[in-house]
Amino acid sequence: MSTIGVLALQGDFREHIQKITDLGHTAIEIRRTSEIDSIDGLIIPGGESTTVARLEKVTSELKTTTSDSLPLFDAVKLAIRNGMPVWGTCMGSIILAKDIEGSTQGRIGLMDISVRRNAFGPQRVSSQIDLNIEALGIQSYPCIFIRAPLFIQAGKDVEVICEYKGGFVMAAEKKMLATAFHPELTNDLRVHKYFLEMI
Amino acid sequence: MLRITNIKKIYLNFICFTLLFSILITMSNTAIDQNIQVGTDTIKRALPAMLKGGVIMDVVNAEQAKIAEDAGACAVMALERVPSDIRADGGVARMSDPELIIGIIEAVSIPVMAKARIGHFVEAQILESLGVDCIDESEVLTPADDENHIDKTLFTIPFVCGARNLGEALRRISEGAAMIRTKGEAGTGDVIEAVRHARAILGEIRKLTSLSKDERFSFAKNIGAPLSLVNEIADSGKLPVVNFAAGGLATPADAALLMQLGVDGVFVGSGIFKSNNPAKRAAAIVKATTYYNNPDILAEVSRGLGIAMFGRSAASLAESELLANRGI
Repeated sequence: MSTIGVLALQGDFREHIQKITDLGHTAIEIRRTSEIDSIDGLIIPGGESTTVARLEKVTSELKTTTSDSLPLFDAVKLAIRNGMPVWGTCMGSIILAKDIEGSTQGRIGLMDISVRRNAFGPQRVSSQIDLNIEALGIQSYPCIFIRAPLFIQAGKDVEVICEYKGGFVMAAEKKMLATAFHPELTNDLRVHKYFLEMI
Repeated sequence: MLRITNIKKIYLNFICFTLLFSILITMSNTAIDQNIQVGTDTIKRALPAMLKGGVIMDVVNAEQAKIAEDAGACAVMALERVPSDIRADGGVARMSDPELIIGIIEAVSIPVMAKARIGHFVEAQILESLGVDCIDESEVLTPADDENHIDKTLFTIPFVCGARNLGEALRRISEGAAMIRTKGEAGTGDVIEAVRHARAILGEIRKLTSLSKDERFSFAKNIGAPLSLVNEIADSGKLPVVNFAAGGLATPADAALLMQLGVDGVFVGSGIFKSNNPAKRAAAIVKATTYYNNPDILAEVSRGLGIAMFGRSAASLAESELLANRGI
């Protein structure tokens, strides 16, 4: 049984926690640097990347209380370099990406992919589509895209797992996994299982 | 003879293979076309779900939207005037000028919401056409219909609606709302009504989950809500959509109070741009909404924010000034 941390600064972290718990593992909310010490893997959920980028330094900049020694993103970077598996869904994939098209916002930036934020358009074109993802088995997977990003470039060490609309929407590099869609909003647990097997 | 049969067999095999192949091709093509879904309940409810734990800020133009985004807002709400100005100026409050809404959409990368008048489905059609991500069918604007709300099932984008109690929340959800917010008295800077509504909605859910099955019928009748939704909530113990606090929140402590009471996130309206340091106050409210359970962090982010909006106590409002009684 693994303990999975879910970044809980903002976004749909409770849905991920529910899925991990459904699969018989422990899931905890991560809001402070010190909380990542006890986890075997980290999920960065859907949400707003500009919001989360502004919150990650809060506990390291505290003046009146015990502050964390490092900003959250820096601590996560260290843990990833030491082999901690991490999975970003939608916003999470933007936070993981080395390059965010046209943006200088804060990020973890360790995964060698280039992302285009909100690549499909406003909410009225957000969609659900069944895609064939070989790595998940023969049955197609219900991919929910909400103002979703598209991955438009991959470095040489990146394994593209699912292509879509001239780019790709699922990829892995070492112990990092990125999906542009939201497996936490479906009842299909295969991507969560896929991540847990990386632990 | 044998030779001919073999040729026949090969020919038949070829025909079969071609047929099967073309069927497969057709199937996979149509599968892709038919399986794209937009505007379903799942997709409409998913956008608000991504906003959880965040702060949605009222803005009247692109400049304010940029300040809100820079402070960490998870979405902005476009409206013609902030609620305290609507109260002060009077007159009819309507949907914003599309020009301003387009300016806001172009200025920020976060989702943009906009307000339409209760029952004004044409304002809603215009907002959807402009490309806003979510519509607030709001009592803060002057209602266009005092009998009917907008049929929100007809739209591709999600709606948020205000509610004072569980019955009102479920009526809005049955009309297609994909997000609920409390109906605190907007533009007062007084949090009491938002607290009242949050406690009412969450308290009634707790009560409902303790009822026996045969007690649910009269519960549904008494709160004026569809039995199917009452049953769904009795079984799941929570609303099927996201539930935010709104109306009268003005400080980081107000945001954390509502979060501790159990809402999923907060709206802040006049509280930010009617204070004397909007950027700093907005950033502090964002931090307080994430760290709502940590008094040490709340104490620190609340320091030195300047003067909060002056406000007006909700108890001093005349019956005719109460916005929460619109569209119940």
